[in-house]
Amino acid sequence: MIQAIAFYLFAAIVIVSAALTITSRNPVHAVLWLILAFFNAAGLMVLVGAEFIAMLLVIVYVGAVAVLFLFVVMMLNVDFAELRAGFVRYAAIGLAFAVALVSEAVMALWGYSAGAIELARRTAPTPDKVPNIQAIGDLLYTRYLFVFEAAGLVLLVAMIGAIVLTHRERGGTRPQNIARQIARRPQDATRNTQPVVGGGIEL
Amino acid sequence: MIGLTHYLVVAAILFALGVLGLIANRKNLIVMLMSVELILLAVNLNFVAFSAYLHDLVGQVFAMFVLTVAAGEAAIGLAILVIYFRGRGTIAVDDVNRMKG
Repeated sequence: MIQAIAFYLFAAIVIVSAALTITSRNPVHAVLWLILAFFNAAGLMVLVGAEFIAMLLVIVYVGAVAVLFLFVVMMLNVDFAELRAGFVRYAAIGLAFAVALVSEAVMALWGYSAGAIELARRTAPTPDKVPNIQAIGDLLYTRYLFVFEAAGLVLLVAMIGAIVLTHRERGGTRPQNIARQIARRPQDATRNTQPVVGGGIEL
Repeated sequence: MIGLTHYLVVAAILFALGVLGLIANRKNLIVMLMSVELILLAVNLNFVAFSAYLHDLVGQVFAMFVLTVAAGEAAIGLAILVIYFRGRGTIAVDDVNRMKG
């Protein structure tokens, strides 16, 4: 009973906040609704016992991706009212697409629950009496080790790509040249003179 | 009782909302990227729901990889957005025709 109440609460909030994400006028509000949607999706995942993915969702999406969006939205000085021109016209087309998609998905669900589609053999059956995180770790670090490292490689490439794309050399600045500083010797930098009295020094 | 179908319906609605956002906000690249994140969230929800109700852990492992790709996609997409804004001073998608593709 409590599970059903929690499910309907999370599901309702996730759908409402997703709808508000795509319709809100202010993109900062859109990002905040997106964060709410992610939190509630994580709640839905906790309900079926997938705690690890739920926590990963909170950490990666809310902690990294949403904050990245927030940074970019606040950094760019964009006139967002101008960008909303034609929203209603496009929304009509998009609504047709969305309704078609949902009805197709629901029909597919009917087919799934009415027909006799059963998996013959589980690839990795969920072990009993083992915490979710431990079970996933056992699988991830043994059978899916190379896929896991490939995922790390994807993240590395994304990081390098983002840095290469956004980095720019600024002209007109005088950054510290450490090699030159270290290579500088006293005999190059100073000189002894014996000036005549009243004669001054040549610089 | 909450079954697999409930989760699949929620994920289908979430996916459709993401597609709707992608089409309706055709000019605003930032909201389009957020819609892509919503779509990937719906996919992840499907993976996890199937994984839980079929008692097979592979779905959750795969959802993690989807999460990885989504994070990389967001980082690269926003980087492209930033350099595009730097060059043009706008993020309107309709103006992206410099390469005449």
